[in-house]
Amino acid sequence: MAMETLERVLAEHPFFKGLERPYLQLLAECASRVRFDAGEVIFREGEESNLFYLIRHGKVAVETFAPNRGPITIQTLGEGEVLGWSWLIEPYRRRFDARSVELTRAIAIDGQCIRGRCEEDHDFGYELMKCVAHVMDKRLQATRLQLLDVYDGIRS
Amino acid sequence: MTGLSDPMVPSPFRVQRVQRETYDTFTLELEPANGADGFSFAPGQFNMLYMFGLGEVPISISGDPTKPQTLVHTVRSVGAVTQVLRRLKRGDVLGVRGPFGSHWPVEEAAGSDVVIVAGGIGLAPLRPVLYYLLSNREKYGRIVLVYGARTLQDMLYKVELEKWRGQFDLEVEVTVDTAAASYRGNVGVVTTLIPRVQFDPLHTVAMVCGPEVMMRFTLRELEARDVGPESIFISMERNMKCAIGACGHCQFGPTFVCKDGPVFRYDRIQAFFAKREV
Repeated sequence: MAMETLERVLAEHPFFKGLERPYLQLLAECASRVRFDAGEVIFREGEESNLFYLIRHGKVAVETFAPNRGPITIQTLGEGEVLGWSWLIEPYRRRFDARSVELTRAIAIDGQCIRGRCEEDHDFGYELMKCVAHVMDKRLQATRLQLLDVYDGIRS
Repeated sequence: MTGLSDPMVPSPFRVQRVQRETYDTFTLELEPANGADGFSFAPGQFNMLYMFGLGEVPISISGDPTKPQTLVHTVRSVGAVTQVLRRLKRGDVLGVRGPFGSHWPVEEAAGSDVVIVAGGIGLAPLRPVLYYLLSNREKYGRIVLVYGARTLQDMLYKVELEKWRGQFDLEVEVTVDTAAASYRGNVGVVTTLIPRVQFDPLHTVAMVCGPEVMMRFTLRELEARDVGPESIFISMERNMKCAIGACGHCQFGPTFVCKDGPVFRYDRIQAFFAKREV
């Protein structure tokens, strides 16, 4: 995919909404297209984390394994969402498994490459951190709601 | 709405069918026991179901408003009365008072997109909305149903959900809070689906029903999608007893849920919704 096309795709993705063009150019230099077949493992817990993914089509399950229950899906992610942020946080190791539930197309971004750019340009690093913080905030809220187990109410 | 003659006197209704929905939830289909006509109702209204000698419970009507002869109620067995309701069989008789309360704005929503957000058993009071919208499909823009349940086993109306999902004129998104890895559907709380569905926020009516916490989070997501509070309707739940606004048990700020609700336009209760003291 041409660099301009990648840049346009990144600009259209909700994760990078509002990011300025020079920053999108930086990101495009570290980005590539990827495709996962249904059932394909994208990454495993504990692996080194250097890539994150902007999902363009399909569905990905974020999973963990419990000894007495087997693999459990914690969350599914779909079009317009982002998979993975451990590339940004030391020790850069995956915290969960990720598996493609159906044919999934995504843009993979090299987190190691991006970290280097962030060190060189802190303004870029700050803008990117705001994008990631927004996703973290959403996920934290969803997790809290999940923990509340709200359906234990009495509505009929 | 045309209801029973005296709102305080229960009329006998006979159980025609009992459908088990989940391990603790079931659906009763009732018809008048004395040969009388059924009564019309609007989507979102509720009836008081009376187990003779035991007590009454307010239960939303979950059937088709175009078929008033049969009253349909989906009930979760959580208290003394509902546990006895659960043991009812075809032919048994119970008392019914109703219909009571306000209704979903199905007619006012004509010309708009309609987004229905339901959590757990909150789908039951919204099912009549879906029946109504689908039987008047040409009057509406996009119709979106977003439904969340704790697990796949806790999901109501699975057969109908699958049927609706197969329709080309209705978008159905379903999620569960937790699932085994073999499950191929969405996993995550119901609010995570709202950013994913398509609708025109400026011409959308949203109808929300579920546990109050879930509704609070849902309202935030709808607001983030620029749906105005005057276009959001929620169904509240309080301890309803008389169902006619006389006893005061279900007071909710300056309103009574049984009489002024259970369906409220959000901007009219926004000032005291989620206030701990109310």
